[in-house]
Amino acid sequence: MSETAPTMAQRPAPTGGDQTPPRVRIAWIGVGVFVLLAGVRELTGSNDMLSTGSLRAALIAAIPIALAGLGGLWSERAGVVNIGLEGMMIMGTLGAGYFGYHGGVLAGIGGAVLFGALFGLLHAIVTVYVGVDHIVSGVAINIIAAGLAAFLAKVFFSGLPGGGPTQSPGLPHPGTLPLDFIADPAKTLEDKEWFLVSDVAGVVGAVTERISWLTVFALLLVAFTSWFLWHTAFGLRLRSVGESPSAAESLGVNVYLFKVVAVTVSGGLAGLGGAYLAMVASSGYQNGQTLGLGYIGLAAMIFGNWRPSGLLVAALLFGYTQSINLRGGSDSLHSLLLAIAIILVGLAAWNLRSKALKQAALFAAGGGLFLLWWATTESVSSKFTGMAPYVTTLLVLAFASQRLRMPAADGQVYRKGSAG
Amino acid sequence: MKRLDRLVTMLAAPVLALLMAGLISSVLLWVTGYSVGDFWSILLTWPQPRQLTNILNYGAILYLSGVAAAIGFKMNLFNIGVESQYRMGVFAAAAFAGTGWLSGWLNTVVAIVIAMLAGAGWAAIAALLRVFRGVSEVISTIMLNAIAGLLVGYFLRQIGVQSGNSTATKTIPESSWVGGITIFSDAGNQLLGLSLLAVVVGVAYWLVLGKTRFGFNLRATGMSETAAVASGVDVKKMIIVAMLLSGAVAGLIGMPTLFGDAHNYGSSFQTGIGFAGIAVALLGRNNPIGILFGALIFSYLHEQANNLNILAGISPEIVQVTQGVTVIAVVVAYELVRRIKVAREQAAVAVSLQADADVDEEVAA
Amino acid sequence: MSSTATAAHEVAVAVSGIGKSFPGVVANRDITFEIERGTIHALVGENGAGKSTLMKILYGVQRPDEGTIEINGETVSLHSPSDAIARGVGMVFQHFQLADNFTVLENVVLGAEKLHGIGDAARSEVLRISEEYGFGLDPDELVEELGVGERQRVEILKVLYRGAKIIILDEPTAVLVPQEVDALFANLRGLKAEGHTLIFISHKLDEVRAIADDITVIRRGTTVASVKPADVSSRDLAELMVGSELPSPSTEESTVTDRVKLTLDGITVRDRSGRAVLSDIGFQIHAGEILGIAGVEGNGQTELVDTVVGLLRPAEGSIRLGEEDITGWSTKKRRAAGIGVIPEDRHRHGLLLDAPLWENRILGHQTRPPSVKGPWIDRSGARQDTDRIVSTYDVRTPSIDTTARALSGGNQQKFIVGREMSGEPVLLIGAHPTRGVDVGAQAAIWDHMRAARREGLAVLLISADLDELIGLSDTIRVLLRGKIVGSFDPQTVTPQELGSAMTGAGGAA
Repeated sequence: MSETAPTMAQRPAPTGGDQTPPRVRIAWIGVGVFVLLAGVRELTGSNDMLSTGSLRAALIAAIPIALAGLGGLWSERAGVVNIGLEGMMIMGTLGAGYFGYHGGVLAGIGGAVLFGALFGLLHAIVTVYVGVDHIVSGVAINIIAAGLAAFLAKVFFSGLPGGGPTQSPGLPHPGTLPLDFIADPAKTLEDKEWFLVSDVAGVVGAVTERISWLTVFALLLVAFTSWFLWHTAFGLRLRSVGESPSAAESLGVNVYLFKVVAVTVSGGLAGLGGAYLAMVASSGYQNGQTLGLGYIGLAAMIFGNWRPSGLLVAALLFGYTQSINLRGGSDSLHSLLLAIAIILVGLAAWNLRSKALKQAALFAAGGGLFLLWWATTESVSSKFTGMAPYVTTLLVLAFASQRLRMPAADGQVYRKGSAG
Repeated sequence: MKRLDRLVTMLAAPVLALLMAGLISSVLLWVTGYSVGDFWSILLTWPQPRQLTNILNYGAILYLSGVAAAIGFKMNLFNIGVESQYRMGVFAAAAFAGTGWLSGWLNTVVAIVIAMLAGAGWAAIAALLRVFRGVSEVISTIMLNAIAGLLVGYFLRQIGVQSGNSTATKTIPESSWVGGITIFSDAGNQLLGLSLLAVVVGVAYWLVLGKTRFGFNLRATGMSETAAVASGVDVKKMIIVAMLLSGAVAGLIGMPTLFGDAHNYGSSFQTGIGFAGIAVALLGRNNPIGILFGALIFSYLHEQANNLNILAGISPEIVQVTQGVTVIAVVVAYELVRRIKVAREQAAVAVSLQADADVDEEVAA
Repeated sequence: MSSTATAAHEVAVAVSGIGKSFPGVVANRDITFEIERGTIHALVGENGAGKSTLMKILYGVQRPDEGTIEINGETVSLHSPSDAIARGVGMVFQHFQLADNFTVLENVVLGAEKLHGIGDAARSEVLRISEEYGFGLDPDELVEELGVGERQRVEILKVLYRGAKIIILDEPTAVLVPQEVDALFANLRGLKAEGHTLIFISHKLDEVRAIADDITVIRRGTTVASVKPADVSSRDLAELMVGSELPSPSTEESTVTDRVKLTLDGITVRDRSGRAVLSDIGFQIHAGEILGIAGVEGNGQTELVDTVVGLLRPAEGSIRLGEEDITGWSTKKRRAAGIGVIPEDRHRHGLLLDAPLWENRILGHQTRPPSVKGPWIDRSGARQDTDRIVSTYDVRTPSIDTTARALSGGNQQKFIVGREMSGEPVLLIGAHPTRGVDVGAQAAIWDHMRAARREGLAVLLISADLDELIGLSDTIRVLLRGKIVGSFDPQTVTPQELGSAMTGAGGAA
């Protein structure tokens, strides 16, 4: 009966209806949006929109969001909702401050990951072993972390040269990669202000000019997660406890173990995000440094449909709006309104083509509003860009939730022995 | 005897949790080189009259926040957005009352109603998203918290009045202020008049949740949505109503301070009360009396924190750690106690069944 | 199989003295039986007899308090499913253990990644097995796209992929339509022919007699008999299962009146995809009449109940309660108008498990005395009436403050029946009213349904138990794929005739 096996193996694997892999599609959408932004820049003359400076700032703002989001991904793929990311990130900033000051860059990063992971472990024990509601545990963790960090900061940093009760002394920065030979010519090209060419040069400049190896490491972690969770046996098991823990247990998977590992890693990643904040995005620990970035990370993960590539795109997007804010670029912001209007009108046309009239009308109306906003104002309050990540996430949840697919058993408490 | 037994199981969890939190805080202080003895002696010193008044004032605010969270919890809705509903409420009330369009108490009453409407309105976004688009209220209220902070900041800049380097809404006319109640003649401070809102809300919560059809439907939905639907409860309507009520109560949180103390809303208005309310509700098991104790304990710790700093140089943030640990310890303890209770009850049923069976057998013989 | 002569007597699984208790319940005690290699061995027993617990013990999900398990002559101690899998034991659960958002391949290789990895080698192995047994499964398809029969084949594939020689199937036919049952049985015989040992758990006696080589009967948590199918009739088996003369439901003389209480007219219900789950259903129930609905599960029974209760809206047709058109009414209004429901899934739809009994008395009666007074809950009224239900309906509970969760299934059900019969209902809907309850409670519930009929209620009875339907109903309709395909008089119909109508094999009367 095994004679049939070879022929079976040769049969090509059947494919689904959609031929374009989602990652390729996302890339194309990215390119399209970029060209559009370049066009808007050209049109409005807001040259800071795509400058090396703003894009570089965007990348630096995006990395902590992406790391927090990645933490959320690990946890939620294993079925544990983690709104304690914010607290774990706070612990990360503190760990970076303490260990970074006393032991240098690597110690700082290690300490941040350790502190974050410890709080991840706490969340894991409370939610997985005891079976407490995930949200309740997350809220408590955020309260503890904020208090503990403030308390310990006073203990750790009071009286140190350059430190104080609410902030650490200056911390060493992780080194940068020697890519000036690319960054310098890119800068020259960018200054020419040629349509598209200078914009691409701006992007190249942003990822080469004084880029920290921690930035590159974080990006690699996103890629690593993508490979690890979807192409290894460990990853399969980890995702299985988030999709159907009872099925996993019935096949001998140790459900508790995988959940605990996932949530601990989640805390470590959020902690790493904290280290990035303290050591790359700024030069030391400060009380209240995270400013809700853990929540934005959570939003990025949802926006990215619980997928590494999606959350990276979302983090870059959110990072961009955040950084443009910090640079006080109300001019750039204003031009962004036009870009959004054009994107919305484009979406309306797309929906019209596929006969989704209701959606088309919705997008067209939105596009019209943004166009009106752009045409009737001179600048945009920075408060509105601050809101952008949250509002976008709410809109995505409200109008595209049928495209979102969260792990089936996400947020549910599982008791061992309930298989079958 | 039975009643005593029930009381013990009820109190076991919170008492254990507080002991646990105390222990962890002590260890933390000891490790970091502070005096654990000072910590306990200051914490356990009976507060001065002035402090007692402060505890009551802050306790009332926490109580309102706790009830707001508890209304949601009672039907399995996680209103993480109490913080932003409170903010929207107090800002709207301050902005309105500050204009002085109405005068005297009418201004006060209308402003309070506006606060409730604003809180409820902000909560309504999450409620509608949940009911019509299936968006988890946890995520939407987290997002709305962030949005509200920025939105209020934006409006404050638009309509606020600059004084020094802070911006605030126009000060409410003095005729609309709500006076305090002197409790201790030697305290030098007073109980804020609108703190009594906490009493009103507490009684209403107890009455509506425990004694009415509506309350039953709400609790039934929380215990089993499927059973509630089958029994004829319109769950969508319940979600909206519960969320609106929760938001309306959240809108009240800022009222005692606004009309009794601050008289305007500015950037210095207290933050984090919404999250503390969630903690208080968890500590009190969503029970009106339980929340009261939770609010007073948290308020007591909050007040004593100042003395820790002044008298022993212990940084007051330790109290926040104590509070956070209390929350996590109490939910763990409740879960463990619940499991013990279920096992004991099943054993009791088995015993009574066995007794019945024995009787049956004897009859048969 | 070195020698076919000895193979017939080789013992694959031997279980002796197994006992397992949960707080308040003895699920298994002194379970002892042997299974020969290469046979299909059926374990039969009524719902709640302890079959599922036993299976979970054999598969390592739960551990026994006492007793020993031998597999292939070796005493084993199973701490987790992995131990069972390592011994060559596999299990096909009644409720499929599949991750919907995973592909067939991912579901199959999960936990067994060491065998062939998770990539192409695994894929071709899955294809090979699928081909060998004619399963027709695509490894890369998402499980959520699959139908019930296909999902079950994925479950079996999972077991085969791990090289299991002993396969436990828990109620495998419960969710299948007849053609799928035939296909499953063909698969099972194929597996047996290759030397697999199959443990087949069921309470459908005809199926058991058709497929099994040996039968072990479990009653009240313990093994009571081991028989050969050829030596017993279904009736004998049934009596072994319940332990005494089968309590047979039988109606007294007709109490049917000419007052129509419930009218369904041309009811069509569609699911989200627009498919009709009920088409053109029409019938009337009079006061004092029990109308029984027969059918293989999943042919629209649940939807029928939900439509009458108001949880589903019909796309076409109308429902009248007495003279009143209630098609557009909410569930609340219908309940208030006197529709009582004994739901199919009492844990999900009939009880607040963590609330005390007296609060459960209020559930579904939120608008009517004695549980409420205007907008207020009438605590003492509800408590008094709960006391009444507990004593009248013989609900065994320490007190009315005990939470519903703590009661046994039979007592929960008696409580629900008592509650739904109070408040002078006009119509009582019983969806599998005796499912999962002990024999004593079953007889009591039947008595109560007869009493309801005598008191002039209209009763809609849905059941998978044909004896129950024939014994209680005044008239029986058969539901097949959402349509009424037959109408029978229980006085004259035989279970065989009903059975063929239910499967679409025979003509309708």
